[in-house]
Amino acid sequence: MTAIAPGVAEPALAAPAPRTDGVWRTMVRSKSGLAGLVLVVLITGMSYLAPLFVDDHNPVDAQNRWQGPSGEHWLGTDHSGKDVLKQVVLGGQTIIYVGFLAAVITLGVAVVLGSLAAYYRGRLDSALLQLTDIVMTVPAVVLLAVVGAFFGLTTPTTLALLLGLITWPVLMRSIRAQVLSLKEREFVEAARLQDLGNMRIIFVEIVPNMAGYILINFIIAVTNAMYALVGLYVLGLAPLAGANWGIMIHQAWTYGAIYLPEGRAFILAPVCAIALFQLGLVMLTRSLEEIFNPRLSKG
Amino acid sequence: MTETALLSVRDLRVAYRTGGGRMVEAVRGVDFDLYPEQTLALVGESGSGKSTLGLGLLRLLPRTGHITGGEVVYRGSDPEGTDVLRMEGSRLRRWRWSEVAMVFQGAMNAFNPVLKVGDQFADTMRAHLPRQRLGKAQVRERSAESLRAVRLEPGQVLDSYPHELSGGMRQRALIALALILEPRVLVLDEPTTALDLLTQRAIVDMLQELRAERGFSMIFISHDLALASELADRVATMYAGRIIESGTTPDLFRAPRHPYTVGLIRAVPPVRAGAVEPVSIPGAPPNLAQLPPGCSFAPRCGHATDACEATDPALRTVEARPAGQPSHEAACLHWESVRLDTAPAAAQDGTPNDAPAKEVAQ
Amino acid sequence: MTGEPLLSLKHVSQTFASKRGDLPAVRDVTLSVARGDVLCLVGESGCGKTTTARMAAGLAKPTAGTVEFEGADINRMDRERHRAYRKAVQFIHQDPYASLNPIRTVFATLSAPLRRHGLAKNRDEAWEQASDLLRRVELTPPANYLAKYPHQLSGGQRQRVAVARALALNPRLIIADEATSMLDVSIRVGVLRMLTRLREELDVGFVFITHDLAIARYFGAGGRIAVMYLGEVVEYGATADVIDDPRHPYTRALLSAVPDVDPGPEGRRDPGLRGVDIPSLTALPSGCTFHPRCPLFVPGTCDTAAPALRAVPGAGQEVACHVVAGKAGDPDAVGQPAGSGA
Repeated sequence: MTAIAPGVAEPALAAPAPRTDGVWRTMVRSKSGLAGLVLVVLITGMSYLAPLFVDDHNPVDAQNRWQGPSGEHWLGTDHSGKDVLKQVVLGGQTIIYVGFLAAVITLGVAVVLGSLAAYYRGRLDSALLQLTDIVMTVPAVVLLAVVGAFFGLTTPTTLALLLGLITWPVLMRSIRAQVLSLKEREFVEAARLQDLGNMRIIFVEIVPNMAGYILINFIIAVTNAMYALVGLYVLGLAPLAGANWGIMIHQAWTYGAIYLPEGRAFILAPVCAIALFQLGLVMLTRSLEEIFNPRLSKG
Repeated sequence: MTETALLSVRDLRVAYRTGGGRMVEAVRGVDFDLYPEQTLALVGESGSGKSTLGLGLLRLLPRTGHITGGEVVYRGSDPEGTDVLRMEGSRLRRWRWSEVAMVFQGAMNAFNPVLKVGDQFADTMRAHLPRQRLGKAQVRERSAESLRAVRLEPGQVLDSYPHELSGGMRQRALIALALILEPRVLVLDEPTTALDLLTQRAIVDMLQELRAERGFSMIFISHDLALASELADRVATMYAGRIIESGTTPDLFRAPRHPYTVGLIRAVPPVRAGAVEPVSIPGAPPNLAQLPPGCSFAPRCGHATDACEATDPALRTVEARPAGQPSHEAACLHWESVRLDTAPAAAQDGTPNDAPAKEVAQ
Repeated sequence: MTGEPLLSLKHVSQTFASKRGDLPAVRDVTLSVARGDVLCLVGESGCGKTTTARMAAGLAKPTAGTVEFEGADINRMDRERHRAYRKAVQFIHQDPYASLNPIRTVFATLSAPLRRHGLAKNRDEAWEQASDLLRRVELTPPANYLAKYPHQLSGGQRQRVAVARALALNPRLIIADEATSMLDVSIRVGVLRMLTRLREELDVGFVFITHDLAIARYFGAGGRIAVMYLGEVVEYGATADVIDDPRHPYTRALLSAVPDVDPGPEGRRDPGLRGVDIPSLTALPSGCTFHPRCPLFVPGTCDTAAPALRAVPGAGQEVACHVVAGKAGDPDAVGQPAGSGA
C-alpha cells in the first residue's frame, strides 16, 4: 500500500505570474495534456451521466454465470451472472468521488497548516511538524482496518475523510517549504509594512502564488487517493456493498475470475478503467507542470 | 591604425524563440568593423540587443537564440578572414578563447564554484594549448603573471575558491583568465555593473593600461554612457536591436545627432558642478515582440513626424572619414536638426511620463 | 534641519552573526529626518546603508541604540502608536519586479491598504482613491492601469505603482532603498522628478538610499547627505557642501571615481587610493577603518584611534577624519582609546 504516500510535484515556485490567458492554449497545444484532459472528462462524465441513461437494474442471473463477451453482454457476465459492462459504467462514481473529496481534504489541511507553520514559525511550526511526524508514522492500512472495525466505513464520505486525514503530512511539508521561500519575497514584506493583517497576507498574498503548484499536487493527490481506495476494497477493508471498480476487482479475485478464460473481462474491465483514468490525470499534470514551471518546457 | 578590420560584422541578425513558437528578433541587422587596438563601446538600455550582439559574436547564445542572418568575418593571422558563423566544434572553441575572449557581468557564475581559481586557469590553458605540453610550473607561472597584470596577488588568488574572493577581485581574476591566451579581441559585457564605484574605477583604469601594453581590441558593452566614453575610441548607441548612431567618442558625446543618444546623455544627472537639469525620455524602451512601425524610437521622440512612422531609417553619414577611421553616422531622418543643446519638444514639457509608453511597453 | 525630527536613529548598531564571525553591518549611527526633509544615505555595497534604512523602517531591530518616531522608541511602543508609525513611515523597495505581487492587479495592490485601514469604505471609494493615487504618480488615465497585472507594465510604471502604494496611507516619511537603480537610464530622472514633486506637494520626508552620487546630488538637493563606509557615517552635511566640497578622503575618492561624459581639460582625476579592495566586515582595520586605503594616512594616528564625526573648520559638514579635522599629530587624539567612537 505504498500508494498512500502522496508523491509531491517539483516546486513550481519560479513560475512568474500564471499566464492565465495562455494556460488553456498551452494545454490544448500539448497533445498529451489534451489527451489527458479528454480521458479524465470522458470517464468522469461516463460515471456521473450514465445513471441518467442506463437502467441501473442489473439482476442476478444464475443461468448466465461467467459468460464470455456476447451481443447481449458486451463484456460478459460475472460470478452471479450480472452484466460486466453495466458494472464498469456505473462503478466509477464512488471511486472518483472519494478520490476527489479525499484530495480536497488533504490539500485543504496541508495548505492551511503548511502556510501557518511557515509564516509564524516558532512554537506553532515545531508543534505542527511533530504532528506530521506522528501522522506519518501511523500505519495507514492498520488504522483504516481498526477504524473500519469500530465505526464501519459505511459511506464514501467517511472513507474520503479518513483517507484525507491520513495523507496530508507530506504535502504539508512541501507547502511549508514553498511558503518559507515565498514569505521572504519583497511583496510580502511590502504587505507587512502596510500592516495588512497576517491572515490576509497568508491567504490572499502568498497562497494564490502557489496556485499552479497546488493544482498539480491536487491532481497527484486524487490519483493517490484513488489507488488507496481501490487497495482498501481489494483487501476487503472497505465495505463491499454495491458495485464499484474496487469491489469488482475484489470479487474477481475472490471468485477466481483470474482462472476462468470467460472471467477475464470481469477483472480486466475495472483495472483498465482505473488505469485509463489515472493515465489521464498523470498526463494532465505533466502538461500543467510545463505551464506553471517554464523551466521544464523546451524553449 | 591599419586599414583592415580585425572583425567585420555585416547585417547580423539574432532571434530568440519564445513560447508559442514565435521568433523575436533581438538584433536586427547590425554592421560594424573593429580595428586592431581599438575599443568599441556598445551602449544601450535593457532590450537594446547589446548583450545579445556580444553573445552572438562569440556564438555563445543560449539554446533559444539563433543567428538568423548576416556575416561575421574574423581576420586574425589569416588575412583572407574566417567566417565565424561557419566555424564548428573544436575549431570554434579554440578560436573563442585564444583569439576572442569574453568577460561576463556576473563573475561568480563564470567561475566554477567548486574548483580553485588556479585549477580553472590551468584547465583553460591545457584545453587551448594542448601542443605546448605545459608543465605544472609553467602553467602556474603564466597564471601568476596574468594575475599580477590585473594587480592581484597570485599566491593568494590561485589557491582560493571563487567565493572566497570579493566581487572586484573575482572580476579582475576573470579578466586575467580572459587575457591568459593573449587574445586579439576582448568582449566585455557590463564588466563593472555589479561593482562599486571605486572598484569600477580601478578596473577601467587597469583595462586602459593593459590595452596600451598588449595592444588588443575591446568591445565594451555597457548601459553607462559616461563609462563608455572613458574607455572607448568609438561608440555605437543601440536601440531596439539596431545601431542607431555610431562615431568617435567626441562625435557621440559632444555632437550627437540621434535624438535617442541626445536623450540618454541628457537623462543622466551630472555629479559635478555646472549642472544642467536632467531630462528623461518619455515612455519606456520598446517590447521587441511588438515594435512600433517605422523608426522604433518615434513614439518617444520629440522630433518625430509622420514620416518617421512610415520609414525605418538606415544609418546616414553625418561626417565621412577615410577608411580605418570611424565615420559619424546616425539613423534619423531629422539628424540635421538634432543637437545636444537644443532640447526636443517632448523633453521640454514639464512632466515626463511613463504613460505615453502604453503602446510601446505592452 | 527644519522643525522637530520625525524619525531619529540614536547610536544604532546592527551586528549579524555569521559563520565567519560577527558582522558589524552598522556601527553607532546617529541620524534624523524631519517632515519634508530629504536625507540621502550614500555608500558602496556593504557600507550598511540598506541595513540602516531597514532599521529605520522597523524591518530590523537594532542590536544597540534606538529608533525613535516622534520621540518614542519604535521597538517599545504600544500597539496603537506602533500602528500610527507603520502608517506614517513607508518603504519603497529597490526592485519593482519583486515588490509587487505578480498575481494581483494594480487596483488590488492599491485598494488593500485603503480598505484595511478604513480609508475607503467600499469598492467604489477604493477605486476612486486608487485612481487619485495613480494620478499622483503620473500614471494617467488611471483606468488604463488599475486592471493591469505587474507583468503588463514596464519597469518605470511598476516603480510608480510601488510609490502609489506607499502613498496610500498618507505617510509622512518614505524610505526608498535604491528605488531607481533598477530602472533604465532614460526613465530614471522621470521617476526622481516625480518623487521630488511629491516631497514638495505633500510635505513628505524622504530617506533615500543610493550608491549613485549624481542621483544623491540631484534628488537630495536642498537636503542632507550621509556618506557611509563600513557601517559608519564618515561625512554628514548639506548636499551641496558634501558633493561640491567633499572633505573626507573617502568621499573625495568616490567623487573622483564617477565616470564623466566630458572629463574636461584636466582629464580624469585619480582617486589616489592606496588599496583597491574593501576590507571584510569580519576583520575591520584598527583605528579609522579607511586607513589602509586612505591617501592621507598618518601612521600612528589613523591606525590607532577611531575618529568621531565632528565639524570641520571652514566647512558646513561634519567629517570623521583625524587629518581633515586637524587632529593628526595632536597628542590628545592619539591618546584616545580606540573603541571610544564605535
